Amino acid sequence: MRRGALIAALAMTLIAPVSAPAAGERPSLPDIENEVMCVSCEIPLNIAEAPQADKQRDLIRTLIAQGRSKQQIKAALVREYGEDVLALPDSGGFGLTAYAIPLALVALLAGGLVVLLPRWRRRTPAGIAEQDAPGLSDAESSRLDNELARYER
Amino acid sequence: MKRVLVVVVAVVASASLIGLLVYGLGSREDDVSIEQALARGERPAAPSRELAVLGESATRSIADLRGKVVVLNFWASWCGPCKVEAPVLDRAQKRLERAGAGTVLGVTRDDATPDSLKFVRDFSLTYPSLRDVDAKLAREYGSTRVPETFVIDARGRIADALRGQITQQRLDEALAKAMQ
Repeated sequence: MRRGALIAALAMTLIAPVSAPAAGERPSLPDIENEVMCVSCEIPLNIAEAPQADKQRDLIRTLIAQGRSKQQIKAALVREYGEDVLALPDSGGFGLTAYAIPLALVALLAGGLVVLLPRWRRRTPAGIAEQDAPGLSDAESSRLDNELARYER
Repeated sequence: MKRVLVVVVAVVASASLIGLLVYGLGSREDDVSIEQALARGERPAAPSRELAVLGESATRSIADLRGKVVVLNFWASWCGPCKVEAPVLDRAQKRLERAGAGTVLGVTRDDATPDSLKFVRDFSLTYPSLRDVDAKLAREYGSTRVPETFVIDARGRIADALRGQITQQRLDEALAKAMQ
């Protein structure tokens, strides 16, 4: 029960945006810069230094000053610069790989676990010991006994 | 049997990843099909889209201007070379208008409306501009940066493509070609 609550709490921490402002809180430029792209340079706005990026920041500052919410600002940016302004890969064409590859890797990993886990379970420690231990010949056995007897004396 | 299956799955997955990588790199290369057609002496049909007129609620397309020579110029207010060539384009607009031969048609991309309108005011531009918000029209012209200019003849075909900042001389040559 306690473990379930811990997992749920961890999941919530991972899902919740790290720096999301509380509802009703005024968004800041860095809040929005993290989630949009510089459309002419095709890199996130928070690391872009192009003249177009500066114009985009000016527009965001103006919209913040007008008291717009984060969602309203992002919608205004889409109206002005198109869908490419959002820092999300395209849902079609090559951009689709950004979604498909992680899913494919997870599916492969899950498939691998389904195949390999039962096999690992069947390999008991005793079985492993039996398989891994090198067999001793009669001569080696008797030599080992003699050596042990000598140490015990 | 299972081992063979694992190997097959791994090979298919690796081949798919490599294929996607090649496709991704290939799709990012510059589209020079217009230049290639022009070099062969062909005049490809000028792509056209219904776009919003800058500062107005109306829409317009290149197809509406069939029968006239069109100097199609992709620009943005933050672009330095666009500022340099703006007076050249405006002079061309005045000449074309006087002769009743055609028009310059600006197309803004990656630019907010207030910035574009300020640019028009600052340079006293007399030609109209459209807003290519998603750069879909630009992509159809293989245009990935600004400024880029395409001169379209009266039959709606591309007569010349001028990538980068234009000069008076180069624009005059392109217009002469389009009017032949």
